[in-house]
Amino acid sequence: MEQILTINNLTKKFGYLTAVKDLSFTINKGNVYGILGPNGSGKSTTLGIVLNVVNRTSGQFSWFDGKTSTHEALKKVGAIIERPNFYPYMTAQQNLKLVCKIKGVDYAKIDEKLEIVGLLDRKDHKFRTYSLGMKQRLAIASALLNDPEILILDEPTNGLDPQGIHQIREIIKKIAANGTTILLASHLLDEVEKVCSHVVVLRKGEKLYSGRVDEMINSHGFFELKTDKEDELVKLLESDTSFGKLKIDNGLITAFLNQPMDASSFNKLMFEKGIVLSHLVKRKESLEEQFLQLTDNN
Amino acid sequence: MLRLINLELQKLWLNRTSKVLIFVSFILPFTVLVLSSIKINFFGFFTLELGELGIFNFPIIWHITTFFASQFKFFFAIVVVSMIGNEYSNKTIKQNLIDGLSKKEFILSKFYTIVFFSLVATLLIGIASFCIGMYYSSYTEASIVFRETEFLLAYFVKLVGFFSLCLFFGMLVKRSAFALGFLFVLYIVEWLIFWGAYEVLGTADSAFKVKNFLPLESMYKLIDQPVQRIVMTKFPEKTEIAYDYAVHWYEIVTVIGWTALFVFLSYRLLKKRDL
Repeated sequence: MEQILTINNLTKKFGYLTAVKDLSFTINKGNVYGILGPNGSGKSTTLGIVLNVVNRTSGQFSWFDGKTSTHEALKKVGAIIERPNFYPYMTAQQNLKLVCKIKGVDYAKIDEKLEIVGLLDRKDHKFRTYSLGMKQRLAIASALLNDPEILILDEPTNGLDPQGIHQIREIIKKIAANGTTILLASHLLDEVEKVCSHVVVLRKGEKLYSGRVDEMINSHGFFELKTDKEDELVKLLESDTSFGKLKIDNGLITAFLNQPMDASSFNKLMFEKGIVLSHLVKRKESLEEQFLQLTDNN
Repeated sequence: MLRLINLELQKLWLNRTSKVLIFVSFILPFTVLVLSSIKINFFGFFTLELGELGIFNFPIIWHITTFFASQFKFFFAIVVVSMIGNEYSNKTIKQNLIDGLSKKEFILSKFYTIVFFSLVATLLIGIASFCIGMYYSSYTEASIVFRETEFLLAYFVKLVGFFSLCLFFGMLVKRSAFALGFLFVLYIVEWLIFWGAYEVLGTADSAFKVKNFLPLESMYKLIDQPVQRIVMTKFPEKTEIAYDYAVHWYEIVTVIGWTALFVFLSYRLLKKRDL
């Protein structure tokens, strides 16, 4: 698979504080990545390093085939870091023109991208008159100007109201659907869960996990069950090696699986044993549960 | 190179404050020059015509116009420090780098703009002096007209040097007002060094020789004050007021050296810094 970004043993120290510790991971083309981690876990620092604004202490990173210089590579990247940074006295169009000049992009792209984020009718208004949501959307338009190989978003919904958050998410989904590689840093787990296929989990600058979201924890999921013959069911489950932990809470039995089993075969098995289920749901742990489990275990 | 100047000019030109300041720094010395060259009649009591004093004669006019025009360099100095200060306060410096501008290109775009502005200022002053001189001067032979045009070169080098110093202070403190304050601090520091050199070397003359190599003084010394020279032309018999007002090659080299150092240090600062 084509590599977009490779990070090897990256370390960044701010005085005595190690913000990023020996971090390695690879971003492949076409996937949507999430970088997860609590505040201060080194997400923004890592992005800052690969985006040429923070100096690394040791380690390497390389963009694309590793032959282009970082600033040349960044012309093929679209990135937004924390807050939208533009010249307040320029209009949206003038700000984007400046970005076009830096990236060497045709001005014709400006209207096209403003259309995507729904700011076309406000293009001649000065940046300082924009609301935070509009500023963030303009930042996305700016990051998209060069039709980037990869879009990097650092906390894109931070500080926005629910409508703003929704708008940004819709835009991100639309971009992801076009096959653009996306790297999304966030501490909002449901946000990452909704859009990302892969995650990198950081804590205190160290990598805890990197890989597919659904493989984050070795788990086969669990069944939520309800029946009239509760005692019989519990006895049955306890004797079956396919099941591990059992949790009984107010008539709802939660049975964790030790090996893969789908809901219909389980239902069939129960029926054969003479137990009729009034409630059967197979679920996997949410990303939040997985994340907490992962960060607690270490 | 044109791309980088173009970038910076867009940033400056769309900002109302810097547009006004650039305008003022071009127009003001020009207006003063033109006003001083016309005959002013004070309500019939007397007429003041500076041209009559012979200060618009070639070749002394080159010396006089460049000296007085360089007093207006502070307006553009404000533009230079604010063009750095704004990039930091708007965090657009970070965005520029993320968008694919290298740190070297960032500094160069500022430096090229400084050179570009100094060049335009020098050309304007050159053309204005030439026109006024042709009108007033008693001598208009080409050999006399173009004598001492090295003052124009000195003016250009002086502007580039001074603005590079502002660029460095801007990068150093990131705030426009503090950067201008630093200029004043440097001015005092240079006098302190002069005082120190005087204590060590014993004479004011040798202490001045040390001070001549410091940034602000070396820029000032490029074009010496012309007043004494005007007096000299009126009283040629008074030899004790004679002084060395010429532009020397080593003065130019000193200022170019400082310029190179300031631009290099600005780059180093940016390269080392985490934004």
